[in-house]
Amino acid sequence: MNREKPNPKANKSVLAVTYMLLAVFVCMIGYFGYFVQIEGKTVINNSYNARLDLFAERVIRGEIQSRDGQMLAGTETVDDGTEIRVYPFGSLFAHAVGYSNPGKTGLEALASFYLLSSHENAALQLIHELSGRKNVGDNVVTTLDVDLQKAASDALGGRTGAVIVMEPDTGKILAMVSEPGFDPNTLSEDWNFLISGDNTDAQLLNRAAQGVYPPGSVFKIVTLLEYLREHPDDWRDYSFDCGGIYDSGTYTISCYHSTAHGHQNIGEAFAKSCNGAFASLGLTLDQDAMRELTAQLLFNAELPVSMEYSRSSYAMGSGADEWEILQTSIGQGSTQMTPMHVAMITAAVANGGLLMKPYLIDHVESAAGDEVKKFTPEAYGTLMTAREAEIIGTAMRMVVTEGTASAVDTEAYEAAGKTGSAEFETGKETHAWFTGYAPLDNPQIVVTVIVEESGSGGAVAAPIARAVFDTYFSR
Amino acid sequence: MINVIIEVSKYVMILLMAFYTFWNFSYFRLQEEERQKKICRYQNVDMFLLHLLGFLILYWKTGDDRMVMLYLAQLILFTAFIGLNRLFYPGGSRILVNNICMFLCIGFLVLSRLSLEKAIRQFVIVAAAAFTTLLVPLLINHVWQLVLIPWFYGIAGLLLLIMVWLVGNNSFGAQLSITVAGIAFQPSEFVKISFVFFVAAMFYRSRGWKSITAVTAMAAAHVIVLVLSRDLGSALIYFITYIAMLFVATSDVVLLLGGILSGCGASAAAYLLFSHVRTRVLAWMDPWSDIDNRGYQITQSLFAIGTGGWFGMGLYQGMPYKIPVVEKDFIFAAISEELGGIFAVCLILICAGCFLQFMMIASRMEALFYKLVAFGLGIEYMVQVFLTVGGVIRFIPSTGVTLPLISYGGSSVLSTFLLFEVIQGLYILKRNDEENEVEYDEERL
Repeated sequence: MNREKPNPKANKSVLAVTYMLLAVFVCMIGYFGYFVQIEGKTVINNSYNARLDLFAERVIRGEIQSRDGQMLAGTETVDDGTEIRVYPFGSLFAHAVGYSNPGKTGLEALASFYLLSSHENAALQLIHELSGRKNVGDNVVTTLDVDLQKAASDALGGRTGAVIVMEPDTGKILAMVSEPGFDPNTLSEDWNFLISGDNTDAQLLNRAAQGVYPPGSVFKIVTLLEYLREHPDDWRDYSFDCGGIYDSGTYTISCYHSTAHGHQNIGEAFAKSCNGAFASLGLTLDQDAMRELTAQLLFNAELPVSMEYSRSSYAMGSGADEWEILQTSIGQGSTQMTPMHVAMITAAVANGGLLMKPYLIDHVESAAGDEVKKFTPEAYGTLMTAREAEIIGTAMRMVVTEGTASAVDTEAYEAAGKTGSAEFETGKETHAWFTGYAPLDNPQIVVTVIVEESGSGGAVAAPIARAVFDTYFSR
Repeated sequence: MINVIIEVSKYVMILLMAFYTFWNFSYFRLQEEERQKKICRYQNVDMFLLHLLGFLILYWKTGDDRMVMLYLAQLILFTAFIGLNRLFYPGGSRILVNNICMFLCIGFLVLSRLSLEKAIRQFVIVAAAAFTTLLVPLLINHVWQLVLIPWFYGIAGLLLLIMVWLVGNNSFGAQLSITVAGIAFQPSEFVKISFVFFVAAMFYRSRGWKSITAVTAMAAAHVIVLVLSRDLGSALIYFITYIAMLFVATSDVVLLLGGILSGCGASAAAYLLFSHVRTRVLAWMDPWSDIDNRGYQITQSLFAIGTGGWFGMGLYQGMPYKIPVVEKDFIFAAISEELGGIFAVCLILICAGCFLQFMMIASRMEALFYKLVAFGLGIEYMVQVFLTVGGVIRFIPSTGVTLPLISYGGSSVLSTFLLFEVIQGLYILKRNDEENEVEYDEERL
């Protein structure tokens, strides 16, 4: 037979290509394993995943509980076998807990997968299968605190607005109130009214995370931070004489009720919330650096939270005219923020500059009470240095002791904060803001309040925060 | 009660699959033929059990008598296919035949669950393909003139592809098929094989610069026509196969690197030039921001795989029908969802095992023509599996190719049968050669 000589080099090449392709396959199998084991578990917990409803045919949807185990949402099975979702607190937790029909929102959406997974013991599950009964789904224990939620809701007293209470060192959300609310127990009856065009109250909107508002003077925290960055050593030398109305030459900016604040340093100007001081100071700032700072503080960006929220926006860059700079520096202009975002920046100040990711689910446990999954605090990143946070904290303390937030000045605890009275439409009352934390040295909670169209932050919003602080520290 | 049985059978099926995969790899470690044959017998029993168990559940869930008929017909097909192979080709590779049957079995199970009508049509095509392609090993062994007509393969293949580009039926924005006498078929599936024959025969003749230039120009023409028809998956398969074959023919690392670099350049150009390429890449990078439109197919696939987990939901317990084109490009997601991630990984491993066997055959072939044919077809097979599985699990952007022998589609099944039978032919050729050699040596003694 006339055969060619074997070609050892060709076989070496075959081997090389074989190894290359096998390596690619190993990577692919590795990725598949990673997806099934880790990534997939978060991916499937998505309201678009219709497969979750399949679980409901074999598992009774578990309870959503407060941090101390009170039932916020549960499933009752009626005699004829139909299941009803019940919410014992009515509208109190409507936005945080959400609803599961029609569609799913809030924790009902976020935790759907856990609620429909059952970790009862295997023998019990087998007995249930054999007898054709459903397994009992796991319970989701939240970070929500019933007392604080009640205190915040009562203090808001039916006015339109929102309150968020958070632990700055963990990111745990202790309370999240949005008014007006709705009763998830009667949602299907009320649905047509709630979504009708005549209804302008937007009860379904979670104002705490989805409402966007002009921040008003609350934004001075950001302006102050930029000033500190541009004047790391000589910020103490700042001084301003306020006559109630500031005249930049072309435009005028007036303080709240045109009150003259007199001669003041930066801390006093912040405490009194002097618009003239911050508007004139704004004109001296590097607008590109300011734009960078706002990006770092998560304006125009995704927030590290899993619930539904709106993005805050900051539009100014270099090339802005004088009027826009004057307005934007004091939180007017086109800047928009959500209460959640304001609370997160405040939490970073309280936590030495480090922002913890806000979260609502503490752990998941089986119906028998065995822990299935634990959520631990996660850091998002550093928004400012510890020194910057400390200076801003001191200024926020001055707001309470000698400035606009005297409503939270008490012997019982040392609170720090910032008020805001944001104009949004000429001739209407301002939106009232307060954001702050306590105690100053060892911050335990952050409280952020907004009350729509109600007056000044010091007079309207700060007392609501006071009620929440009092409840927390009286325990 | 039925839930418990389906639950238990789910684990039994995973176990059967795992054993089959294990035997698949232990086969190659064994030297003695008797023990290899024993393992192949285990595999046959294993496959028939899996097939029976799967169809019991399908029948239980649907109560459709056609399931029983289909099961029996498939049983006859498998038995006849294995029997005829042993009869005609006693020296053939049994594990190759086993793997063909295992792939078909999995495909039949999943297709019957998705759509009984499609499963029946698929069965008819598979039966026809299985028996007609039985002649291929015979052809490979006796018609050595196959090596003489490279330009026939090259030009006929290219003309077919051009025809599809010009007058092909449009599906999902791509020209993939032409209709002849009422039957739509995808020429690119068959040209895939003629392309490998063309390259192998050309390089067998000469590996000089003139030849390399001519072959490269023809290969480029194939790929460009495929890109113009928007058949990106096939274009990629042809391209990678050619680069690999060029490397084996010349053993020139510079050519390999040049090929890889030009591939990267071409991909970047395609991304910039064609909006449909961009759409796929964007859907791959971030499907979550546009779940309703661009990201719909891939997110449904990920939901399916994620919800199924390692052990699967069990047959008829999931929602594979939510995934668009699930019976073709995304069948791997359906398998993973209902039969489980472990089962799916085993399936990938069996595919990789087939590829390894192809490469082993390629390295044993002595004539460069046969070596390159075995090698080229093996690469095509492996790349296709990689593209479809990788696309389904979002490891790479989706390119829209089928999982050989498992996905629904006549052209894909027929061309894969051709591919496997050519390899079978080469295996037999080599074996006969070796036996002749032994006789020759004995005579000399």
